[in-house]
Amino acid sequence: MQLIRKFYYGDIPEDASGAAKAGPVQPASDWPLWEVFIRSKQGLEHKHVGSLHAADATMAIENARDVYTRRSEGISIWVVESHHIKTSAPEAAAELYEPAQDKIYRHPTFYDLPDEIKHM
Amino acid sequence: MEHHNLEQIFQDKIDQEIKIEPRDWMPDAYRKTNLRQISQHAHSEIVGMLPEGNWISRAPSLKRKAILLAKVQDEAGHGLYLYAAAETLGQSREQMIEDLHSGRAKYSSIFNYPTLTWADMGAIGWLVDGAAIMNQVMLTRTSYGPYARAMVRICKEESFHQRQGFEILLVLSKGSDAQKAMCQDAINRWWWPALMMFGPRDGESTNSDMSMKWKIKRKSNDELRQQFVDMIAEQVKLLNMTLPDEKLRWNENKKHYDFGEINWDEFWQVVKGNGPCNKERLAARKKAWEEGRWVREAASAYAAKQKQKQQAA
Ligand SMILES: [Fe+2]
Ligand SMILES: [Fe+2]
Repeated sequence: MQLIRKFYYGDIPEDASGAAKAGPVQPASDWPLWEVFIRSKQGLEHKHVGSLHAADATMAIENARDVYTRRSEGISIWVVESHHIKTSAPEAAAELYEPAQDKIYRHPTFYDLPDEIKHM
Repeated sequence: MEHHNLEQIFQDKIDQEIKIEPRDWMPDAYRKTNLRQISQHAHSEIVGMLPEGNWISRAPSLKRKAILLAKVQDEAGHGLYLYAAAETLGQSREQMIEDLHSGRAKYSSIFNYPTLTWADMGAIGWLVDGAAIMNQVMLTRTSYGPYARAMVRICKEESFHQRQGFEILLVLSKGSDAQKAMCQDAINRWWWPALMMFGPRDGESTNSDMSMKWKIKRKSNDELRQQFVDMIAEQVKLLNMTLPDEKLRWNENKKHYDFGEINWDEFWQVVKGNGPCNKERLAARKKAWEEGRWVREAASAYAAKQKQKQQAA
């Protein structure tokens, strides 16, 4: 396959930019990655909004406030270290979700009722 | 599954406008291109705080100071959203910062120009954020999910950036002769670098355009640039100012503005590190990183101690 060579805004290719070669990298800091969930208003659920690095939970919440609620987007914040989150495998999507697709009788529209019937 | 098959599934998703998520299979070149683009974008937000940071302490009023501070704080947030999006592709934050500091990674050349007067704060908001918004609105529909979501968030915050910039210029344009001259001078200096933000002309590449096929990008550099010129050429009239281009005129046939040639020598010079402020910008970033080291270490030490206490209890 051909490599991408077109130069786009915000995408200056390395060979055209006189860039230095990759240098050695400092060992990663011990600040873990946290996922941030925010409740936008009372009565609604917390929703995932993004992630950030922080040394501990207190700092993660403080940073989340500064980064994700500068325009009163939330009234409550949850943070959880990313490595605690387990996810379903994308390859398993077929086995996991397909069985639901042939059970159309789980939807109210499956039932054929007379138009005259009210409040149902 | 065969490699060929995976690539077909990937392209089918793109064609059906289904977003690609971090754990989905993707071609190496797609990962690399996104990583390079997103991290360059993140670096641009971070380095982009420097030219404006220069004027926070010298803003002409408390109101302007508060506005500028809020804008610069937003840019820091944009940098963070984008670093987080890049990290989902398997690059560590430390590596990205190291690449910026070593000069390996790039950021938008526009931030290598100096901010000489207060009017520059207006011109940057109007022209530089204006050009960035054009690109970012397009990117809200980019195919990589985390990048697209970061862009939606950023676009929501950006619109005040451009408006406050235009308002700064509007006030100056109605002021004394010296203020008017300052306004025109800032426009003159920022106009061409702003046009360069869209990158080289489309014709410069003869290779097949995977970035479009993969829907990382949906509009070409020249399309976006033309859109920007058409917009600004009208807006500048409200300031009673002019753009520094003798060739700029409405083309009735094309229904677009014609405009003069960009100085591409200058563009590549600045990209390669020889702009007026390249060294200063990188030096400022490195200094901030070094001087913040003790804070990062102290926070880590504190967190470790708290953890120990908890375990002992
Ligand atoms: Fe921004
Ligand atoms: Fe901005």
